[in-house]
Amino acid sequence: MHEVGIMESTLAAVRREAVARHAAHVDRIVLRIGVLSGVEPDALRFAFEACAPGTLAAGAALDIETVPALAHCATCDRDFAAGRGFICCCPECGDFSGDLRSGRELELRRIEFTPTTP
Amino acid sequence: MNPEPTTVTEAPEGYRISALSGAATHSSRALSGPLSAEIAAALSASPKGEVAVRSADLNLPLLEKNDILAERNRGYFLGRGLVALNLVSSPGAGKTTLLEHTLDEFGMQTRCAVLVGDLETDNDGRRLHRPHAPVAQITTGTVCHLDAGMIARAAQSIDLDGVKVLFIENVGNLVCPASFDLGEQVRVVLLSTTEGEDKPLKYPPIFKSAHVVLLTKVDVADALGFSRALAVENIRRIAPQARLIQLSARSGEGMAEWYDFLRSLAPKS
Repeated sequence: MHEVGIMESTLAAVRREAVARHAAHVDRIVLRIGVLSGVEPDALRFAFEACAPGTLAAGAALDIETVPALAHCATCDRDFAAGRGFICCCPECGDFSGDLRSGRELELRRIEFTPTTP
Repeated sequence: MNPEPTTVTEAPEGYRISALSGAATHSSRALSGPLSAEIAAALSASPKGEVAVRSADLNLPLLEKNDILAERNRGYFLGRGLVALNLVSSPGAGKTTLLEHTLDEFGMQTRCAVLVGDLETDNDGRRLHRPHAPVAQITTGTVCHLDAGMIARAAQSIDLDGVKVLFIENVGNLVCPASFDLGEQVRVVLLSTTEGEDKPLKYPPIFKSAHVVLLTKVDVADALGFSRALAVENIRRIAPQARLIQLSARSGEGMAEWYDFLRSLAPKS
């Protein structure tokens, strides 16, 4: 369960960015999570429910965009989607690839917020 | 051998570091400070958006603090001329036994140091304690993985002078350590013959992030009915990028290949 720590780090970044933009409240947080990042979206949602109350992001919507795993085949010089069980076997030539081009993302993509009224 | 910890540091984050041998006599300026100036600056360097904007594209890493600290560790290790390896596996896969033998054999020619993490006890640090190898135990409390901040603090607690190879023995866990860069150059994932041959297929993130996979305890494979061929095939399917070494610290099989590999990494002095 390292998702709580990751969510705390996320909310700290959200707060910092929101304050810098004079936000009164954060309405939506969009994350990009790779399927091979080692982070479970459901556990992240659970952590968000636990950590968000009392912060600028209390009650905000949490959108999690899942990023699929793509590997690169050096023989065919092309990217292809990982197969079942994340085994990356090139559909053209059948070679296994360990050259991941996406799937490990752990990113704070975007925030939406209500600005303070001057 | 029952060494008294020579220095114990309580970190404000709640974990504890005990330098069991080779304690540093003075702290490193490069790694000092809670979150030193350059990191504070990097973290606060976000552009001041216009007040009216309601949406902001950020594209920030969620683990930005860990990632920055990890890059700093990597630069620090590189600058000191040492190679750092992050050893990850399930509990009981043989990380500590492998390191005991490595310190006693490879470590007699090439100076090594160890940072070892567990939730509780400094048993592993005591097992690894050697007069010729600085060792620090990181006791994480409840945290299921090591992070780059712990490594920065622990690396300062021991004397790294002359050290060419720094082993980081992570908390036994095949899930959480996958997400945390420690600033290592090489990630080593261990799979022992007392586990199933299909473990690499069950835990893709950690095996996909491996530079090296060690198949350990091969001396007892037959007794356990463990198919080395099947395990090797599974590793090849999930982690074709990784170098694979099959070994047994107890029988010595494959250890020469492991030491040759370490020798190929260790910067020449």
